[in-house]
Amino acid sequence: MYEYDVIVVGAGGAGLRAAIAAQEAGADVAMVTKLHPVRSHTGAAEGGINAALREGDDWELHAYDTMKGADYLADAPAAEALTQESPAEVIQLEHWGMAFSRDDDGRVSQRPFGGLSFPRTTYAGAETGHHLLHTLYEQVVKRGIDVFDEWYVLNLAVSDEERPEDRTCHGVVAYETATGNVEAFTARDGVVLATGGLGQVYDHTTNAVANTGDGVAMAYRAGVPAEDMEMIQFHPTTLPSTGVLISEGVRGEGGILYNEEGERFMFEHGYAKNDGELASRDVVSRAELTEVNAGRGIEDEYVHLDMRHLGEERIVDRLENILHLAADFEGVDGLEEPMPVKPGQHYAMGGIETDEYGRTCVDGLYAVGECACASVHGSNRLGGNALPELIVFGKRAGVHAAGGDTDAPRISVGKTDDSEAGEVDAPVELGEPWRADAVADGGAAAETAEAVVERTLERERERIERLLERDEGTQHAEIRAAVQHTMTENVNVFREESALKQALVDIHAARERYRDVYVADPSSTYNTDLIQTIETRNLLDIAEMITMGALAREEFRGAHWRKEFQERRDDEWLKHTMVSWSDGSPELWYKPVVLEGENQTYEPKERSY
Amino acid sequence: MSTQRQQPETESESAETEGETATDRRLDEKRRRAEQRERERVEAEQRAAADAERYHLKVFRYDPEVEGKQEPRFDDFHVPYEPGMTVLDALIYARDEFDASLTFRHSCRQAICGSDALFVNGRQRLGCQTQLSDLDQPVRIEPLPHQDVVKDLVVDMEHFYDQMEAVEPYFQTTDRPDGELEEQHQSRENREKIKTSTRCIWCGACMSSCNIAAGDNEYLGPAAINKAYRFAMDEREGESMKQRRLEIIEQEHGVWRCQTQFSCTEVCPKDIPLTEHIQELKREAVKSNLKFW
Repeated sequence: MYEYDVIVVGAGGAGLRAAIAAQEAGADVAMVTKLHPVRSHTGAAEGGINAALREGDDWELHAYDTMKGADYLADAPAAEALTQESPAEVIQLEHWGMAFSRDDDGRVSQRPFGGLSFPRTTYAGAETGHHLLHTLYEQVVKRGIDVFDEWYVLNLAVSDEERPEDRTCHGVVAYETATGNVEAFTARDGVVLATGGLGQVYDHTTNAVANTGDGVAMAYRAGVPAEDMEMIQFHPTTLPSTGVLISEGVRGEGGILYNEEGERFMFEHGYAKNDGELASRDVVSRAELTEVNAGRGIEDEYVHLDMRHLGEERIVDRLENILHLAADFEGVDGLEEPMPVKPGQHYAMGGIETDEYGRTCVDGLYAVGECACASVHGSNRLGGNALPELIVFGKRAGVHAAGGDTDAPRISVGKTDDSEAGEVDAPVELGEPWRADAVADGGAAAETAEAVVERTLERERERIERLLERDEGTQHAEIRAAVQHTMTENVNVFREESALKQALVDIHAARERYRDVYVADPSSTYNTDLIQTIETRNLLDIAEMITMGALAREEFRGAHWRKEFQERRDDEWLKHTMVSWSDGSPELWYKPVVLEGENQTYEPKERSY
Repeated sequence: MSTQRQQPETESESAETEGETATDRRLDEKRRRAEQRERERVEAEQRAAADAERYHLKVFRYDPEVEGKQEPRFDDFHVPYEPGMTVLDALIYARDEFDASLTFRHSCRQAICGSDALFVNGRQRLGCQTQLSDLDQPVRIEPLPHQDVVKDLVVDMEHFYDQMEAVEPYFQTTDRPDGELEEQHQSRENREKIKTSTRCIWCGACMSSCNIAAGDNEYLGPAAINKAYRFAMDEREGESMKQRRLEIIEQEHGVWRCQTQFSCTEVCPKDIPLTEHIQELKREAVKSNLKFW
């Protein structure tokens, strides 16, 4: 049994920043992470960090761009916190030595990015995430913060009051990969989830193999609602064969998209008459697929991204990493030929519902970074807005988890009087209805923190034992492949009712198969078979939540396109889609968007680029 | 499903009389089925081997606690080839289709997380960055040499991390600007000078390739020295910090151990000129020693 004030789960940018902030606020902090920190997928972020640093720019412009990019589904207090605090956080990184690209006068460089009214994307070559991740980890090493790396968090230790809003999180239970030990980590003050993305529900994704949505799934099953899960970003420029990301920085520097006929389609076919290639990501991804579907794609699959005209010097100076990626993973020389690109799953705008300090409705439980939904990004995240989210909200949650004071939040969490009931027309039963009976012990007399942790530890030890004991059934890889296949086929850029329902049927079938899952590797030494089997369980919940939201939201907003509903419907849909686990029978409901900012209300306008 | 249900019943009956035996029997049963699976796997392998469109991998296997794997061995896998397939793709295929216990670290698949440095056909490489088509068959895949093997292709990285942390691997300066929004300036030239050194992904390939590190466990090694270089050469840290950094890398097991064999530079997947960086630090150290002499 380990005991700390604050436990941070996950050690990418958000987790590292939270740990530093909590420790600076006086807390005894431990990080528990399934990968060593420098292996985190923050390191793969390429483009940059939006921050209003320069003359002529200000946070309100950045906030406006963010709300517009979000197609007015972001909550203004969160978007404004991001844009107000990003400049100081970026300079903080600079003070910690981050190797930003530099202008001639020695100041950090900024470049244009999609959907921005000012070139405010601060960058370090085309490997900004790598530098951010390593700089933050260096600070964690300097501070001597305890890091339990290659420890996989299995579950949260949360009390079991009937209403999630009455529950408290007292810690986590984790599995040590190297030895198979299952141990409890008690958190006296708070648990911060920073588990990153969930791209592994798709089979063409820029996300790492480790991005399995563990934090979202764990919080969800502990009663915390998941918000706007249908809002999945498909990045317009990923390499066709592997899904490796080609940074928006290429278009930011002047890269051009062509179809098979050599047309600059973003302009010539009217997708974005003003901004062209630098329209928002959702717009460019749909344009590319529309071209391919109209028979103007190359090999009926992709389009070309050409940066040759930028010249070798500029490319090597600002985008060198792109040359390596295109050569290593697609066999293309970006200096000599255009690069093939197509849309790929990239980012989850939705996630664990939090307020603007990272708090969830469960006391003592926080979420930050990609696994969280404050919501900063609404229905479409702008390029360059993910990295500032990590550091701004990582810091906020770290400070607050350690007991620091904050202003009263303006974003509500959990069910309130403003919540609205919803419904999903599902062709199959959702969730794990067979579980409902098993949770009958809820509502017992208030347990001590110790008892909650102890009970969770026992349950998780039993779960591991059960999985290892079985020696026949279905292997996780088959189930995972089935989920990835149906999500990619049916819950992609273009969505329609029949396909979404098919996905729910397939997910249900996968859940049934998972009841029979077994782990073939009997070892307690570095058993990745076991860990992936548990991850796959999380993917099932994630896939279902995404699809439920996509089926419920009968409009076209941001990244969410529906064949049957071709317009944004502000009269009815300026609200967040919420999904609660409800002891195994998922429930859909809504909460209103907060469009009132500090000095202005972000009135929805027609969104064109 | 039915077999899963019946099994515990038999157990609970016997458990009342002989608790030990029930467990033993279950383990026996499990072992028997494991052997059956192993036979099936070998058969599937043999069928697969007949297929010419497949790549032949020989993969190092070891598990300290699983019977049959306690003595290191090589397993053969025949993986159907697709254009663009990497060593990592082939390992994933072998694991998901043939043997779920095949164990290796991997995450990003794009040469940035540094998890999958392996010893492939006698050379340190990242699995995700190595095309199968560039390799002779059979493709021999082993864990990184000179590191303790935990299981299969997974090595213990702790010593590598310890060496990285021994060089104070974090930015330090005495004259940070006062203002919250006031940045330190760095010239483009200086940023360019440290650029390659900042690209290290901590994969450990260099350390594994280094004869000196193999013979001297306390040698800081190329990655850690490169990390020191990254800060020592960063003009933002200032002259006094640079002196401190040089003292660290001048220690007994520091830069002077390097015999400029260039093996680290040859295997670095991020093309960092490690040997040059080590040499430059040696020169800096000499210059600075002369200054104080």
